[in-house]
Amino acid sequence: MATTLQPGTETSSKQRNLVDMNWDPITRIVGSLGIFTKIDFDNREVAECYSTSSIFRGYSIFMKGKDPRDAHFITSRICGICGDNHATCAVYAQNMAFGVKTPPLGEWIINLGEAAEYMFDHNIFQDNLVGVDFCEQMVKETNPGVFSKAESTPAAHASAHGYRTIADIMRALNPFTGEFYRETLQVSRLTREMFCLMEGRHVHPSTLYPGGTGTVATIQLFTDYLVRLMKYVEFMKKVVPLHDDLFDFFYEALPGYEKVGQRRILLGCWGSFNDPNSCDYTYKNMGHWGRDMFVTPGVVVDGQLVTNDLIDINLGIRILLGSSYYQDWQNSGETFVTTDPAGNPVDKRHPWNQTTVPQPQKRDFKGRYTWVMSPRWYDKRTGDYLALDTGGGPIARLWSTALSGLVDIGYIKATGKSVVINLPKTALLPEAQFEWKIPQWSNAIERDRARTYFQAYAAAAALYFVEQALKELYAGNTKTWNEFEVPQDAIGCGFHEAVRGVLSHHVVIRDGKIANYHPYPPTPWNGSPRDVYGTPGPYEDAVQNTPIFEENGRDKFKGIDIMRAVRSFDPCLPCGVHMYLGEGKVLQTHHVPMFGVER
Amino acid sequence: MAPEKASTMATHKPPAVSDVHILWITAGLSCDGDSVSVTAAEQPSIEDVLLGAVPGLPKVHLHNPVLAYENGSEFMKFFYDGEAGRLDPFVLVVEGSIPNEKIKQEGYWAALGTDQKTGQPITTCEWIDRLAPKALAVVCAGTCATYGGIHAMAGNPTGCMGLADYLGWNWRSKAGIPIVNVPGCPVQPDNFMETVLYLLYQAAGLAPMIPLDDKLRPTWLFGKTVHEGCDRGAYYEQGDFAEDYGSAKCLVKLGCWGPVVNCNVTKRGWMRGIGGCPNVGGICIGCTMPGFPDKFMPFMDEPPGSSLSTAMIGGYGRLIRALRGITNTTVNKEPKWRHPGSHLNTGYRPHTY
Repeated sequence: MATTLQPGTETSSKQRNLVDMNWDPITRIVGSLGIFTKIDFDNREVAECYSTSSIFRGYSIFMKGKDPRDAHFITSRICGICGDNHATCAVYAQNMAFGVKTPPLGEWIINLGEAAEYMFDHNIFQDNLVGVDFCEQMVKETNPGVFSKAESTPAAHASAHGYRTIADIMRALNPFTGEFYRETLQVSRLTREMFCLMEGRHVHPSTLYPGGTGTVATIQLFTDYLVRLMKYVEFMKKVVPLHDDLFDFFYEALPGYEKVGQRRILLGCWGSFNDPNSCDYTYKNMGHWGRDMFVTPGVVVDGQLVTNDLIDINLGIRILLGSSYYQDWQNSGETFVTTDPAGNPVDKRHPWNQTTVPQPQKRDFKGRYTWVMSPRWYDKRTGDYLALDTGGGPIARLWSTALSGLVDIGYIKATGKSVVINLPKTALLPEAQFEWKIPQWSNAIERDRARTYFQAYAAAAALYFVEQALKELYAGNTKTWNEFEVPQDAIGCGFHEAVRGVLSHHVVIRDGKIANYHPYPPTPWNGSPRDVYGTPGPYEDAVQNTPIFEENGRDKFKGIDIMRAVRSFDPCLPCGVHMYLGEGKVLQTHHVPMFGVER
Repeated sequence: MAPEKASTMATHKPPAVSDVHILWITAGLSCDGDSVSVTAAEQPSIEDVLLGAVPGLPKVHLHNPVLAYENGSEFMKFFYDGEAGRLDPFVLVVEGSIPNEKIKQEGYWAALGTDQKTGQPITTCEWIDRLAPKALAVVCAGTCATYGGIHAMAGNPTGCMGLADYLGWNWRSKAGIPIVNVPGCPVQPDNFMETVLYLLYQAAGLAPMIPLDDKLRPTWLFGKTVHEGCDRGAYYEQGDFAEDYGSAKCLVKLGCWGPVVNCNVTKRGWMRGIGGCPNVGGICIGCTMPGFPDKFMPFMDEPPGSSLSTAMIGGYGRLIRALRGITNTTVNKEPKWRHPGSHLNTGYRPHTY
């Protein structure tokens, strides 16, 4: 890995014919993402990749001076598919700053809402957005040879999901006309109903507050949720084996496909689902209650768990610039927080001390080319600023949870090397057990596979949460919200998992108003540009050196392998990636600049 | 006459136009939450409209970046075709607030696609300027596009606004249709799809001009207030107000603006009647309104006007509540003649038993 290269450093180079290929916007994601590449068609690989976002909105700027109680209502609007993750994370940060703890029933309600969000969002993304990259129409257009093979390849788990061959699965994924596509769209509605039961509205919830929820907790609430959940559990018994068959087929049909979207194993997970028996929202105890979350936080480097302590995780966050349209704050910005509540020093590049000053300018791929900043995690063992990715969320969550081996709730058990998910009998199907095993690679296929397993994980966790909520209700504990007072001066932080990965909110309150607020969702981590040290962001890194398996030549090139690599991260920028097909011009350069991408 | 043809004649009147395209720009300052919300709609659903499950509709072609099969230039082709008049008729949907690109020297706040000559992004404003004059109708999805919304709050750096602020409130499409605003943060799924359905019916020659109020909202969706549709309204009438957020009572003293906000969410729910705002414990923060968010902040404070109205209704409400309590006790008792034993006390006089 190349964390210390200076910007613009050229390593290289054999003479290569590189063709500019751009996809702007990249569709079937949320937000505005452009992917600009240089492709080496002779050697069938991507040589360079730049990721750019075309929207700036300025949350950190317009939140200054606002009432701190408004933070979750405002920040929900950052994201149109996981806004509730933001609202929840903001509530966690508010709770810490206000010194209030959600009553247990309120906490279970939030967990049930968030579980429904994972069930919904992974489901619609996997099978209505990503799935199209694996559908009959797409595979026929990009790899007709692979589609012929799919026609004659029986699906190993046909009895579980009902599709006889891999081609049958691909046909079922065709947009709108495919049977499974339409079924998953309908399931995405069922799960959103579950979400609305707990958090009021999707995608910007109405019933979350600092201190708890306004959701009226009755027996009916949990019955309405549970009957829908059990339909989803039954659906999972078909969906997990279906995706295993589909993804295993790609390894088999296209030897070497594990290299698509592959990058070094650098994963971050900030933990999800607080345990009200442990979480008191105090900073000093954060390491302890963080480990008690029902998805365990962790930083995983080269397959090893570096830490699962949220205080360590917090202190390691650095926001770097280098290729983004902002003014630096290192020397000019105010230092809001010099030490954390545990007495540890807080870096000037930490979100608590960040000052956002936009500088709109022309896009220049040799200089600044995006509105996204470059969050990195400082590894104090090595001094590296690690470009952690989330792999779209699930792969990092499962990897981190598996390695820590802490979660053990019957429906789910983390073993140290895998995560076992136990699903109960449903209307038509018997009990089922799925085991997600730590994969060999952090690549496109494994990110996509983990997504399916995490859908089952979320459902299994929800079964546990319903039981816990009902226990509270049966015991007469109906309180869902606790009163609080807004302090004049305070700081807070919230750690959560947005659907597509790590999410943190950092707030500084002065004179009873927001003095500084910086949310860090997964997309800045994954979609970041080259930082000041020249280290590319994860999309860039994963796409660079991705081999090209597409059968089309330059003139009809769709870039399907690149699309699969990018979409495996579940991009969420509210913008896209554009591709110019067949119009790419051959670059005149002989020495090809390759911004440090040694592996 | 062939039976198939007869059947076609009897069940399906050909629409005035055979095909309608929907060009959907999510590249305002948005979160794409309106596109995502619309995938939740079932009355009608997107697939109902695209697959022709609603009678009388023209064939609809949707070009939305969240759902599109195509990528990059293959996707952008439809926008260039729209600009060049090769995609007629089309409905333009705008999602996200419109930034002010004139307040800075260079660069962009919001863009869609890349100009192949300059290599620079094409701003969203540029696309609106190109496409709005060619559109059959322009629909704003969500409060950002309609009135500016969250990203247009005080202290924002982009100077953004709603589409009607940008194009002018008296703007008319080439077909004479005003901008159609469907506010909501995000837009209520069925409210949006139903509005699109109406416009498709209008395009098909089956419906008259869409009825809009002076804020350009469909009147049948936004003519009532949240409070008028709220199932907690009776608590208000009885002067019975929630004191904590987990309560099932009226939330007006805790920051609910429902009595003065135009929105049908309490009546319609969020999906299949499930969810909503004050009806399920979430204060109304006015997210459908032109004054959102600034005029409703801080959200969790009691709206200034409600201290007067709740005080006035308090005395009446408490009295009525007490009287209803008495009557409620009475009607909770069965009439005295429902008992076992040898006597009949129902008032019936038997002739022979």
